[in-house]
Amino acid sequence: MTKEIRLLSTSAILGYGFPEASLKAGMARNPDMIGVDGGSVDPGPHYLGSGKPFCSPIAIRRDLKLMLHAAIAAKIPLVIGTCGGAGGEPHLQLVADMARDIAREDGLHFKMALIHAEQSKDEIRRRNAAGRIRGLAHQPNLTDAVIDRSSRIVGMMGPEPFIEALDNGAQVVLAGRGSDPAPWAAAAIRAQLPPAPAWYAGKMLECGATPSIPKGHDCLFVTVREDHVECEPTNPARRCTPLSIANHSLHENASPIHHIEPGGMLDTSACRFDAVSDRAVRISGMTWNPATQYTVKLEGVELAGYRAICVAGTRDPLLIGRLDNFLDSVRAEVATKAANFGATPDTYQLGIRVYGRDGVMGVREPVCDSLGHELGFVIEVVHRDSQEMAGAVLGMARANMLHTDFPGRLCREGNMAFPFSPSDIDVGPVYRFSVYHVAEVDNPTELFPIEYETV
Amino acid sequence: MATIRETARVCKSKNAGPFELTIDVVFDNADIFNRVKATGVLCPDLFARLYNVPAEHVLFTPYDAAFAFKATFPRLVPAGEFGDTDVYGCQQHAPLLDVDLPI
Repeated sequence: MTKEIRLLSTSAILGYGFPEASLKAGMARNPDMIGVDGGSVDPGPHYLGSGKPFCSPIAIRRDLKLMLHAAIAAKIPLVIGTCGGAGGEPHLQLVADMARDIAREDGLHFKMALIHAEQSKDEIRRRNAAGRIRGLAHQPNLTDAVIDRSSRIVGMMGPEPFIEALDNGAQVVLAGRGSDPAPWAAAAIRAQLPPAPAWYAGKMLECGATPSIPKGHDCLFVTVREDHVECEPTNPARRCTPLSIANHSLHENASPIHHIEPGGMLDTSACRFDAVSDRAVRISGMTWNPATQYTVKLEGVELAGYRAICVAGTRDPLLIGRLDNFLDSVRAEVATKAANFGATPDTYQLGIRVYGRDGVMGVREPVCDSLGHELGFVIEVVHRDSQEMAGAVLGMARANMLHTDFPGRLCREGNMAFPFSPSDIDVGPVYRFSVYHVAEVDNPTELFPIEYETV
Repeated sequence: MATIRETARVCKSKNAGPFELTIDVVFDNADIFNRVKATGVLCPDLFARLYNVPAEHVLFTPYDAAFAFKATFPRLVPAGEFGDTDVYGCQQHAPLLDVDLPI
């Protein structure tokens, strides 16, 4: 019999939701493993910095409960990568606690592995000093100061820690930050299948039914064999077509043909896409080029300050006609008055986003000669040191957007329509990416300790 | 002449990591894709001009198997940093829509 492994992914991210019927249809096809990717760097630096989950715990719990029941009933592994959105320690512990709670309430029993991805600053400093860390995307070399300032640093694991956890008999594997395809690549490589189709399968499964049409958050069933991969959504309302699959190679990658992963590069330039039915596609021709040096991507963020925002709009054509001068006046007033209560200009950044002009594209906006009959504003202050001071400067900016006079002004009671009371919102700590590097490692598992427990 | 808006099946933008933006223009079939490719309109210089980046910072890759062109270049501001307007980078495609394709 041809060697194969059958893999079921429930959605693009744990907590995005999926139809229960799609999970049942997938389970009826006897998968060898079910799983889901838990996160992404795409929602920005906040989640890694704050330790909060990207999806709500309520939504995560709903998905996790269904998946746990399905996996335990079928006696197959459940594997979840990048738990909690960012894959740091608080994110992993949130999902682990949830799994323990669900198991206790519902009488489920299993061996669980937690694979940690959060890195100690001492360890990163030591590796950096040894010259084994370099920047990605033109990032400067790491310094001790940047490492010390970081709020949290995670390493992005490849398939090897997942393989180790599964080899040690874990039925439920919850991992911190991992390469999105890694849990799936692990299952296929562990089944003695070659890395090229293993990684390709992972690339499809990490996004659930996204490689199908109509696109949506739903389940995808993938069969991996020696020289090809077959993809089919389990919801009969969706189909994979050669074009929908081919296009998925474009997703969130700098190159559509060269996909750099821990340990090597998946090359999709010679892929063939053949329909095996009107809903399933067979992909062949992918190749895997092993790297001479195994590297692990590092992601880290640092605190950039505290944000407060206010939403407002204007319908006044006289103000819209001299907007830039008006905003300059507001900024000048805010600078003076905020300095009077101790917020000097070097301690905060004031942003006034103008929706209806260039709110979406900023200086890359090519349309510069048309302003609508109304404009929306998001007024924003990020203060370096405190939420209280951010709120104080924002309040001053809001008051001056409302009341600052301008030549020819008729709307003497106020320039801005505020949709909310209160108008000002404390957003909380603001983070920025500070570490986006790769570390050379001797062993793919050395940055990712695994703990086992019986639940 | 026909615009990308009239000719393409997909025209989209997205982050490729926190520091880069990637734009995909996808056509329906090999025939249209090859005719578009032959015009040479979709090239690094086009993206450099529309997005105000040096052409040498644009990684441009035609992907024949998907009837697609991909261009990747630096974001204005890293995702989520002060001044970023589009954390996911998924609304930066519009300047391409009215580009003329002499096919």
